[in-house]
Amino acid sequence: MLTRAALLRNTMNLNEKIYGLIAEFKGDEEVLTATRAAYDRGYRKMDAFAPFPVEGLPEALGRKRTAIPVIVFAGGAFGCLGGYLLQWYAMTVSYPLNIGGRPLNSWPMFIPITFELTILSAAFAAIIGMLVLNKLPLPHHPLFNVPEFERASSDKFFLCIQADDPKFDLRETRRFLEMLKPESIAEVPAE
Amino acid sequence: MTPENEQTILAALDQRTPLGYPARLLAPGENLESVTETIGSIVLKPGLRQPKAWLFAAAGAFSLLMVFFVSIAWLLYRGTGIWGINIPIAWGFAIVNFVWWVGIGHAGTFISAILLLLHQKWRTAINRFTETMTLCAISCAGMFPLLHLGRPWVAFWMAPYPDTMGLWPQFRSPLVWDMFAVGTYFTVSLIFWYCGLIPDLATVRDRATTRGRRLIYGFLALGWRNSAVHWQRHQTAYLLLAGIATPLVLSVHSVVGMDFAVAMVPGWHETIIPPYFVAGAIYSGFAMMLNILLPIRRLYGLHNIITPRHLNNIGNIMLVLGNMVAYSYIIEEFMAWYSGDIFEQSTMADRAFGSYGWIFWALIVINILVPQALWSRRVRLNPVALFFVALSANLGMWVDHFLIIAVSLTHDFTPSTWKMYYPTIWDILTMFGSVGLFLTLIVLFVRFLPLIAMSETREHASKR
Repeated sequence: MLTRAALLRNTMNLNEKIYGLIAEFKGDEEVLTATRAAYDRGYRKMDAFAPFPVEGLPEALGRKRTAIPVIVFAGGAFGCLGGYLLQWYAMTVSYPLNIGGRPLNSWPMFIPITFELTILSAAFAAIIGMLVLNKLPLPHHPLFNVPEFERASSDKFFLCIQADDPKFDLRETRRFLEMLKPESIAEVPAE
Repeated sequence: MTPENEQTILAALDQRTPLGYPARLLAPGENLESVTETIGSIVLKPGLRQPKAWLFAAAGAFSLLMVFFVSIAWLLYRGTGIWGINIPIAWGFAIVNFVWWVGIGHAGTFISAILLLLHQKWRTAINRFTETMTLCAISCAGMFPLLHLGRPWVAFWMAPYPDTMGLWPQFRSPLVWDMFAVGTYFTVSLIFWYCGLIPDLATVRDRATTRGRRLIYGFLALGWRNSAVHWQRHQTAYLLLAGIATPLVLSVHSVVGMDFAVAMVPGWHETIIPPYFVAGAIYSGFAMMLNILLPIRRLYGLHNIITPRHLNNIGNIMLVLGNMVAYSYIIEEFMAWYSGDIFEQSTMADRAFGSYGWIFWALIVINILVPQALWSRRVRLNPVALFFVALSANLGMWVDHFLIIAVSLTHDFTPSTWKMYYPTIWDILTMFGSVGLFLTLIVLFVRFLPLIAMSETREHASKR
């Protein structure tokens, strides 16, 4: 008969060996209901997966707004100021030329390039910001070890509760997920 | 599809709104799985077992690409004297081709960015393809200002890099603005295209059957795992990219138009040119899109996803833009008369009744009169008729650019500078060669990448 301490140790070891539990659902409404139920239960370290963006799903997971708009604005501001400064410096300080009698700081003529560089810079900020915040590119993730997960990019929806969530317990969480009536439940092996 | 099934689907696609327009965005019976299957299977067909038409198209495109390479090689060896340009017509086919190709690229961003901001759901069936068409068109466009330089090998002097000569580019020149505008347009389109493509690449990765394909698509998909949190960031970034690409679309061809508008040449020096060029650009872009998409739709059986409703909407937009171009022609002629400027009046009269007059009247027919057929819903819903109207508009816009750019130069201020412009064989070969480059890139795209936005189409399929 194992002591209570040994039992606890065993369970903890079991929890460490897996990344989490993943449940498969067949529709976006089902996964939304399931995620809300899981959040109400107290689970926080979880993620939901869908082949397209589902409205309400990030909020159900407890996510608020993203930082992307601020990043894009910062990128745009950088491009705008940088672009104007580049032209101003070149055309008034470094190599001034009399072009058609225009004043050296001919700001109307500097507008097109400033505008283009604002947009270019904002676009870079958007894509790089999105990838960095998403921690992509990521060569491998434990979820790809689950064969059913392939369908996440096609027609199935998933909810994954991670093992390092404070309320996670292999048996309890599995029982909870079964109550949500998924198509299947799988353990996600960790690496 | 069984015959009864096909009949039901065709009948459903024929459903009309109360006003009589085709209603369905997606054929009934399309679900998440079938959308992925229809589009993904084109990409994942093994090896050489492509449809014969694809192989023929690839062969034709590659041959024209070889013609392009030979023309470029000969140009670099002998210089721009092999073309028909000279003083006073210093800008001939090469610049006409440049403006034409940049114009064609505008449809992609219009459909992707502007229609997204306007909540036009029907854009999903065509946005990926037109974004790609934009990238291919800009690639072709970018070649011409470079080739057109006397010394293409020092083209980088136009960029503001720290050099040993202490020189800067002339930032007050529209030609330098061009470089920034077209360069930004290509880069931003590429970013926007790739951002939208990442989830679809993940789908192809997950359905890949060979290890090689899985690795390549997996590498390109950056490990995307469809997390809802990632989707939230992705959609925000995508929407913001659309928001900034919208003013970009309007500005790029305006800047290209400024190449002419800021010059003194009568026939060029008009304030109508920036908006006129932008409208004409989107017009020719839609025309080119139809010319390539309609055969592809037929070949790969994409009727369930690119439905009559799409054709109807595209036809309507083309009609509006064509009429905006017609308005621009009228304003040009009117302003030339109203201004009382004798040089402007002389150039405009020469355009209609001079040595190139026949081109002007042909232009009116193919660019203005033929597309009026789009008023008829029957024409808009008939792919064959739509194809030929689009072809007419496509060629018409090329002729329009030729008329403004080259023919204005044949008849500027003093009679001593009036001269005819005749293209040489190399002008013509370079032009067809650039079509080869364009088609080659399109053919490769159709083969290797999903040509419809799968994740967005799935959204529609699930919301029904």
